[in-house]
Amino acid sequence: MAVTTAPVHPASAILRLNSRRRQADTTARVVFLAAALTTFIVTLLIIGTLAFDAWDFVSKLADAPDGLGALTELGWFPRRGLFDIGTLLVGTLVVTLIAMCVAVPLGVGTAVYLSEYARPRLRRVIKPIIEILAGIPSVVLGYFAIAFINPNLVVKIFSGADRAFTLLAAGLAVGILTVPIVASVTEDALRAVPLALREASYGLGAKRSQTTFRVVFPAGVSGIIAALILGISRAIGETMVVAIAAGAVGGALFHVTPLEPGQTMTAAMAALGFGSDQVAGNNLAFQSLYFIGALLFVMTLGLNVIGDRLVHRLREVY
Amino acid sequence: MALTTPASTGGRAARSITDGLTKRGSDLRGKLIEGVLVTALAATLLILFVLIVDLVQRSWPVWTDRGGDFLSSGLNSASAASAGVWSGIKGTITLGLIVCVIAFPLGIACAVYLEEYAGRTRFARLTRINVRNLAGVPSIVYGLLGLGIFVNTLGIGRNVLAAGLALSALVLPIVVITASEALRAVPVAIREGALGVGATQWETVRSHVLPAAAPGILTGTVLSLARAAGEAAPILLVGAATGLLRTGDQGFLDQLGGAFTAMPVVIFSYARQTGEQFREITAAASLVLLVLVLAMNTFAIWLRNRYDRKW
Repeated sequence: MAVTTAPVHPASAILRLNSRRRQADTTARVVFLAAALTTFIVTLLIIGTLAFDAWDFVSKLADAPDGLGALTELGWFPRRGLFDIGTLLVGTLVVTLIAMCVAVPLGVGTAVYLSEYARPRLRRVIKPIIEILAGIPSVVLGYFAIAFINPNLVVKIFSGADRAFTLLAAGLAVGILTVPIVASVTEDALRAVPLALREASYGLGAKRSQTTFRVVFPAGVSGIIAALILGISRAIGETMVVAIAAGAVGGALFHVTPLEPGQTMTAAMAALGFGSDQVAGNNLAFQSLYFIGALLFVMTLGLNVIGDRLVHRLREVY
Repeated sequence: MALTTPASTGGRAARSITDGLTKRGSDLRGKLIEGVLVTALAATLLILFVLIVDLVQRSWPVWTDRGGDFLSSGLNSASAASAGVWSGIKGTITLGLIVCVIAFPLGIACAVYLEEYAGRTRFARLTRINVRNLAGVPSIVYGLLGLGIFVNTLGIGRNVLAAGLALSALVLPIVVITASEALRAVPVAIREGALGVGATQWETVRSHVLPAAAPGILTGTVLSLARAAGEAAPILLVGAATGLLRTGDQGFLDQLGGAFTAMPVVIFSYARQTGEQFREITAAASLVLLVLVLAMNTFAIWLRNRYDRKW
């Protein structure tokens, strides 16, 4: 058998790093590091602009005739210098509570069914559909809230409701938007529970419902709480649904009735920002935008950090 | 967790096993619970179904009466008869391009640094925490970033570039997280193989790790593009037009001059108008955006399932 010998390069020639390769390697490393650093720049810019402008707003407000009392005056009417944060907080709270009443049963129920009951084939069909729900833009759900939810559900069910815009409709639509995140975090949590626990439970003769709710649920509870917290955080930060469907564009009085129009933090920001309130420009009312923004940032960040901790705790246990 | 004594658990278990085997007492409670869970799932699917049916039904007159004219008309919040979506589509495409150019390279490069270079260092851990927190920041706050930094401090102006930058910052963490996951799924053996025959780290990443992770990374980028296409709040704050924007006023370069809008903002503008005609137009515009976004999402999901490789 004839053996053809390939021309042999001395190994050292292949292995030797010429300066161009070394240069490329160093450049790549620096470029990648720079990219990683930009994420910190984004964070710093967000915190910087929020803190700077929010502080500017507060200090200017303190110099205004009404002083800081305007922050607790009844009602949010930035054009008239009334910046009652309480009005916005209550609006946000009402919307978030309604949203959770929708998102928690639907999201957790869906997740439990998919993780514990559904056959793999059904799961493979349903999961992408839930992901499609997650992809629906919030403006579309805002439209859905005023065109369908409010006239067909809210007005028909509640006899006293005759408004075209209600906090209830907005809250329900925000809830629909929140279902996918609650469902996906819950499902991840339940699937993180080891199969051995389920097998042990079945081995002891437990039924599926007993296994699900007495074994799997308690084991995954921190993940489920995380799902709720992340859902709340998402609902608080949701803007466009409320901006379209809650109705109170110019301002709002302090109230807690879900069947009335109202204002949330995010909707107030949208109204200020795009100038439906005729304040776009550089004045005090406009700067209140950053003050609410800073508040919103702190609230959602706090919730997200807690939610993240819980998710990680679950992962560490198993 | 409360521990029940073995005796009581055993007794209950024994009873339930006997019940199960002898078919005495059907498991009514179990059936009931399963029924509740199925209802939750069905309700979720029903909502999606009703939403799409409502959009199609309500927008039907727009498609039959105006058809292509609706797609090619500009933004007009004053007259329903001449309102269209073309300005929005143009703006959304431009914004999408900006996101592709800025957020994708940055996000993927950041993910490569985290997974291939930094590994388990403290810097990497800190970056991951930072990215996760950025991903949870409400979208409207990115609008404030755009307004405060890109528009005012950097002086870019209230135009499509500032909006694109704000959207890029918004999707950056999503790109980083999805690309990291894709890179982590590439087995170490591939890296060791490349390094073992003398490749530099950059050569390993470029010729072996990135190609292997490409489908996963692509899935993530398409998903983030869909997210960017659906966001209204940030670009609204930066200054997208909500009133009137004729198609002639908005060449691709004119958008840099300030006159720009995007699909979600167009929908927002029409949704704020009263009257049944504008409801129909809002539904039609929503349908256009929904088709666009869902097409991207479906493509991403298909891509993921198609190339879901087990190593």
